[in-house]
Amino acid sequence: MFLKALSKDLFTNKLIQIKKSWRFYLCLLPFMAAFFLFTILPVIRSVIYSFCYYNVLQPAQFIGLDNYKNLLLNDDVFVKAVINTVVFAVFTGPGGYLLSLLLAWMINDFGRTVRTILVVIFYAPSISGQLYVIWQLIFSGDSQGYANVILTQLGIINEPIQWLTDPTYMMTICIIVSLWMSLGAGFLSFVAGFQGVDKGLYEAAAIDGITNRYQELWYITLPAIRPQMMFGAVMSITAAFGSATILQTLCGFPSTDYAAHTIVTHLQDYGTIRYDMGYACAISTILFLVMVLLNKYIQRMLRGVGQ
Amino acid sequence: MKKEKKQPKLAKRHKHLNRSGTGNFISFLFLLLLGLAMLFPFVYAINNAFKPLNEIFIYPPKLFVQHPTTDNFTQLFVLMQESTVSFSRYIFNTLAITVIGTFGHVIFASLAGFVLSKYEFPGRKMLFTLITTSLMFISQITGIVNYITISSLGILDTALAVIIPALGSSMGVFLMKQFVDSMVPGPVLESAAVDGAGLLRTFWTIIMPMVKPAWITLIIFDIQSLWNTDGGTYLISEQKKTLSYALSQITASGISRMGVASAASVIIMIVPIVTFIITQSNVVETMAASGIKE
Repeated sequence: MFLKALSKDLFTNKLIQIKKSWRFYLCLLPFMAAFFLFTILPVIRSVIYSFCYYNVLQPAQFIGLDNYKNLLLNDDVFVKAVINTVVFAVFTGPGGYLLSLLLAWMINDFGRTVRTILVVIFYAPSISGQLYVIWQLIFSGDSQGYANVILTQLGIINEPIQWLTDPTYMMTICIIVSLWMSLGAGFLSFVAGFQGVDKGLYEAAAIDGITNRYQELWYITLPAIRPQMMFGAVMSITAAFGSATILQTLCGFPSTDYAAHTIVTHLQDYGTIRYDMGYACAISTILFLVMVLLNKYIQRMLRGVGQ
Repeated sequence: MKKEKKQPKLAKRHKHLNRSGTGNFISFLFLLLLGLAMLFPFVYAINNAFKPLNEIFIYPPKLFVQHPTTDNFTQLFVLMQESTVSFSRYIFNTLAITVIGTFGHVIFASLAGFVLSKYEFPGRKMLFTLITTSLMFISQITGIVNYITISSLGILDTALAVIIPALGSSMGVFLMKQFVDSMVPGPVLESAAVDGAGLLRTFWTIIMPMVKPAWITLIIFDIQSLWNTDGGTYLISEQKKTLSYALSQITASGISRMGVASAASVIIMIVPIVTFIITQSNVVETMAASGIKE
């Protein structure tokens, strides 16, 4: 009885609070409307459609787990896409993350001017839009391609290598290009984080007997920038899975032997070419789950830094 | 101004565990070499953009241009004039999307970030958790369903199809909320309340001037994504396409237009890079607050 009355009381209290806060909700409304409609809703709708057959023209039809069954059991190309995505993500995700962290750390000790120049140079590739198609010219498959010319002149090869159509090289080139572009928002966050570490911590650490730079990095600096490291992890995950567009642009679609086919390519194939929305949504639901779980795992791992 | 003076002083103070002179030199050398490697595609593109045709197809190719010419740029403009839609139309489309999208997103995201940071109300925590999680909802995941939403709203093939989703980008709110958290002390709001300033007036006349680095950063990030947008599948008719799309069509036309393609890449990359160089100290200051606290 008492509990029931109390909970009812809490509920009316909440309602009063909500009513009192109408101004705040109104301020949030313009952003939240677009945010829910185009960021949250699509994820929810993807999950729902993933259990349906839906070709946009006819109403969606519930088919249970069929999409997932086909995807996991009957779709050889999807298996290939998963393997490619994992290979690509393993190199570009952690690779890009560690590269960002290392470079930000090294840059930190220089004076203001040098630091600024280096930050601009390293950050520039990630914001230069379509410039990465220039790599297509550098790794062009004919004898005029820049990489081929250099290797020929050095006497390493006799005939041009088909960098972007030969499955032996495609993935490597794409990983190089995406690492080149990987120093983005996460990198800036690290740069800013290192600059913002409370210098008093270092003095205290020196008294506590920390004697070299690496001890200082592990026990003082990294724990101090842990929030930035968490942010950087999110950025790296999105880059590792999202920048699969690079593979598509450089190697074409469909690529030779599907050697540059990723989950994202597969998703776009079914979503924008074949209009099998249900199947595409099953793919995006899986991708979404993998990213969120991966993030949870990484956040837990980062809590162990400096311990 | 005050900030800029403060930084070198701090750097001097923590000398004791700094790198040794040799260590400093070695890491400088390493960064210099890596930096040059990173710059290579830029150097390559810029030089190609200024090469006359005979230099582009010389064998073996030279990296640096011998007799620079602006032929590629003129040819690019000629090509663009010949296309069914005039060049100025693409520029207009991109400018409209970039300016309206950036303006709208910066205002709405700043307002939302400010309210989420400074006021207590039911659902606040949940909304912010949702925003932080959604940093991972890449457009590839949301894009498929968004196409359906956009077409059912009847804004397919209009600039709004690109602008409205951009208004809901969560990165802006996330950065703004974090920055207000760390930069605006509580008493500021109390004194504003004493002065009788309403919510919107507090936001516009007190908060926004205080968080200038943050909204400059938002502008830069929005320019980076909107200026580069090719409209994806949302813009269909040639009249509505963007500059980035038009230029990528030329780039895609193969080896024979390598010089023109390079000129196109140079034009498209200049805007995001120059705006970043001008504002980089503000951006770095904002990113200091970007951390995700547990």
